Amino acid sequence: MTSKDNRGADSDRIRQQLGNLLRGGILLAATVTSIGGLLYVVRYGQELANYAVFHGEPNDLRTIAGIISEVAKFGSRGIIQGGILLVIATPVTRVLFSAVVFALQKDWIYLAVTSTVLAVLLYSVFGPIA
Amino acid sequence: MNVLEFSGLLLLSSTSAGLLGAMTGLGGGTVLVPLLTLAFGVDIRYAIGAALISVIATSSGAAAAYVKEGFTNIRVGMFLELATTTGAIAGAAAAAHAPVHALSIMFGVVLFLSSVFSAKPQATKILPDRPDRLATFLKMDSTYPTAEGKQPYHVHNVAGGASLMFVAGILSGLLGIGSGALKVIAMDKLMRMPFKVSTTTSNLMIGVTAAASSGVYLSRGYIDPGLVMPVTLGVLGGSVVGARMLTAAQPKVLKVLFNLLILLMACQMIYNGIRGTAG
Repeated sequence: MTSKDNRGADSDRIRQQLGNLLRGGILLAATVTSIGGLLYVVRYGQELANYAVFHGEPNDLRTIAGIISEVAKFGSRGIIQGGILLVIATPVTRVLFSAVVFALQKDWIYLAVTSTVLAVLLYSVFGPIA
Repeated sequence: MNVLEFSGLLLLSSTSAGLLGAMTGLGGGTVLVPLLTLAFGVDIRYAIGAALISVIATSSGAAAAYVKEGFTNIRVGMFLELATTTGAIAGAAAAAHAPVHALSIMFGVVLFLSSVFSAKPQATKILPDRPDRLATFLKMDSTYPTAEGKQPYHVHNVAGGASLMFVAGILSGLLGIGSGALKVIAMDKLMRMPFKVSTTTSNLMIGVTAAASSGVYLSRGYIDPGLVMPVTLGVLGGSVVGARMLTAAQPKVLKVLFNLLILLMACQMIYNGIRGTAG
């Protein structure tokens, strides 16, 4: 960290890592979703697609535990839902990464900012509203 | 229509939505809800769920490129995400009790007004480019790459920008969209950041904002795998191409395209809302 215009979280190295993290997360999510999607189309391709009436998803596709058990059973809809969880996890991981970077650089103001955002995100996924 | 045909058609339309979404920094989600409900006859709750997930994927995928190129202002994004995520949770919590058609109309009107405001000729009076006290304290002033090398810029009106971001977060949580239009307006107009910095920082923020409300939507059963799969993969593919085109396009052309899209979406949302009331 000797660069003159090094601005901590904005340094080139951090930017590259952040970009790779986002790209990797979404690539992984897209791969899992595609695998589930192929299985789904092969298994249910000839069935009628009807989304005009809202039924809501079954319990196993609504919770993290339920989705994991569906993936273990190799259910195509469960695997897609697993890919969707990875999509959601990508920006959350990005915020976590930024928090670590700010902590290492002893940037306490931004560590507080990032940690608060992270807390809000975790509250959304695990909190009482959900 | 069977599942195979439905998925194929949806993949194609979503790819186009993703392309436009990434090029304008809007995220494809905002055009997806009208597309799914009007063209595919999907219940708005499923449409919102699918749009929300695709918005996270699009934003993260495109942001990866922008972050590396040095357009994105990570500090500004991080700080404003305080406002957008809390807003998104409040919005998602309120969505259960709010009539969706009324919100559609309200949002359409907000978008319409923003578009008219943004389409006005550029302000003739030059505002003083003094450093903002809060922006300086938060080390927000930065540089961005141009043809003539790195160009420094100041960030202004942090408080005003954050307030509008809170509203953008609420709308995102209520309607399951990225609210990219409002985010860009907050940074481009209120905080007077360069347009490309605004669109790319908006792109980075959209994913986190949408993730904040996605937990609520998932547990409510709004997120259907059969619908989300073609939509998300399509939008993602389109956004990868769109992200490459942004750096080649001129800001002027982008702004016109951007405004046209906002207007179109405003009409769609109002139309959708009225249809919802009538139906």
